[in-house]
Amino acid sequence: MKLMSKYLDVEKIKEDFPIFQRKIGNNQLIYLDSASTSHKPISVLDSISNFYKLHNSNVHRGIYTLSEEATTLYEESRLKVANFIGANDNEIIFTHGTTESINMVAKSLFSSYLKKGDEIITTNLEHHSNFVPWQYLSKKYGLKLIIWEISKEGNLDLGKLENLITDKTKLIAVTHISNVLGTINPIDKIAKIAHKNNSLILIDGAQSVPHTQINVKELNIDILAFSGHKMLATTGIGVLYVKKDILDKIDPSSFGGGMISQVTQEDSMWAPIPWKFEAGTPNIEGAISISAAIDYLNKVGLNNIHNHEMQLSKYASDLLVKIPGLQLYGPNIKSGIISFNLGKIHPHDISTVLDTQGIAVRGGHHCCMPLMKSLCINGTTRASFYLYNTFEDIEYLSKFLLKVKEVFK
Amino acid sequence: MDSNIYVENILDHYHNPRNFGKPEKFDIYRNEFNPLCGDKISVFIKLNKNIIEDIKFTGNGCAISQAAASILTEHIKGKDIEEIKQYGEHQIMELLGIKISHLRLKCALLSIKTIQNALNQ
Ligand SMILES: Cc1ncc(COP(=O)(O)O)c(C=O)c1O
Repeated sequence: MKLMSKYLDVEKIKEDFPIFQRKIGNNQLIYLDSASTSHKPISVLDSISNFYKLHNSNVHRGIYTLSEEATTLYEESRLKVANFIGANDNEIIFTHGTTESINMVAKSLFSSYLKKGDEIITTNLEHHSNFVPWQYLSKKYGLKLIIWEISKEGNLDLGKLENLITDKTKLIAVTHISNVLGTINPIDKIAKIAHKNNSLILIDGAQSVPHTQINVKELNIDILAFSGHKMLATTGIGVLYVKKDILDKIDPSSFGGGMISQVTQEDSMWAPIPWKFEAGTPNIEGAISISAAIDYLNKVGLNNIHNHEMQLSKYASDLLVKIPGLQLYGPNIKSGIISFNLGKIHPHDISTVLDTQGIAVRGGHHCCMPLMKSLCINGTTRASFYLYNTFEDIEYLSKFLLKVKEVFK
Repeated sequence: MDSNIYVENILDHYHNPRNFGKPEKFDIYRNEFNPLCGDKISVFIKLNKNIIEDIKFTGNGCAISQAAASILTEHIKGKDIEEIKQYGEHQIMELLGIKISHLRLKCALLSIKTIQNALNQ
């Protein structure tokens, strides 16, 4: 019997994504790598081509119709993003992605907020993009980077955080959802502990914003970073949300056109927020694609997407754990991200065999080398889900993992 | 295109690698790492003038990297080091006898890279 989602009409959703019409070899595409990047619905693709066909021009530059339209579309996208996460539009900075968002705000914080001797807390669950910037800048500027380590099950224990935090702690940088283990971190509680100790909290939302409703005011998040390409929009567009009173206090970290109000030979004055943080011509079509992506996500409903993925995740865990020799990682309750190893078979060998069946999974360290070290492994194979995945996809995966075992027996 | 790279010969070398282990005596040693996959190869070479008298390797990683090391060490024993230094993608692909995607090429070429770096150091 074919299992149907209680929350989404996946077959109908799939029709909106042209990529599912193609074949991989002779097989239908079974895409289980949305944690890496998502596919794009036709409405997003159309929004980009419409922009170029009808409105193409630079933003905030020309005093003519096209430029005015482009500027309006770009700023409307900012407002759409702001509403999507419960922020104000002057708190939304467009970047090229999560990585740039974090690097950008890190440089600003180090140049105008953090001081030598301050402490930053991050975790060993982080993607390199929320780890390496803190490691590098802390070393360079004489700050102390403290690692909040996960438990054996892959969870962050709040009691441990209470022990690590001191009056020198100025920032806690932590991921909302782990891109390897699927761990969902209790952001609201972490924020409370941070603020009680006068620390800021930065959230890597790369794996959460596309999949679950987030309200930065309710969660009391100071800084949030996420990528467009993981939430149905295009590559090269990302978002940095920073609370207004922090944005007012920190310096930009990138300088040039668009971010100034006045320049003389001696000095420059910055444009108002958020523009002072957007130097150079931005990724206009990227911002427009995020707007179209948010429309799509809102139409389907983020809560439906979240519930659907939680169901898939549970189904996948229950099914895969039955395969002899298969080890699952991470907590029992996790988002739509499943990491595993199958005996001693290398994750890239697993991926290659699955690819011959049209199944796309990711193998390797997933840009989380400290986490791999803490798990005493070199890598995992990861299957991750989104709104276009079905129970059947998972059954295929499970079936062909048995074939992988057969090949390497 | 036949996308199966896990043909019998490759799997045989993966499961039963030839020339595997660290020898007691060797003249040159080198290890290399492929950060994308986490594949590791160490080679131990014994020379007789310009000839590779013996070669052994240790390592771990994906089937392609390990099978390639096994096949390559078997192949180059007794050969002149100048010849080995000239090996490129083409020779390795011919030895392996499979069609490897661009993304997995690094795995297949890790052992020749390690050997060449050992000979050039
Ligand atoms: C948790 C997490 N943080 C950050 C990133 C980096 O995102 P991007 O490559 O879009 O900058 C990723 C993407 O893989 C991620 O999963």
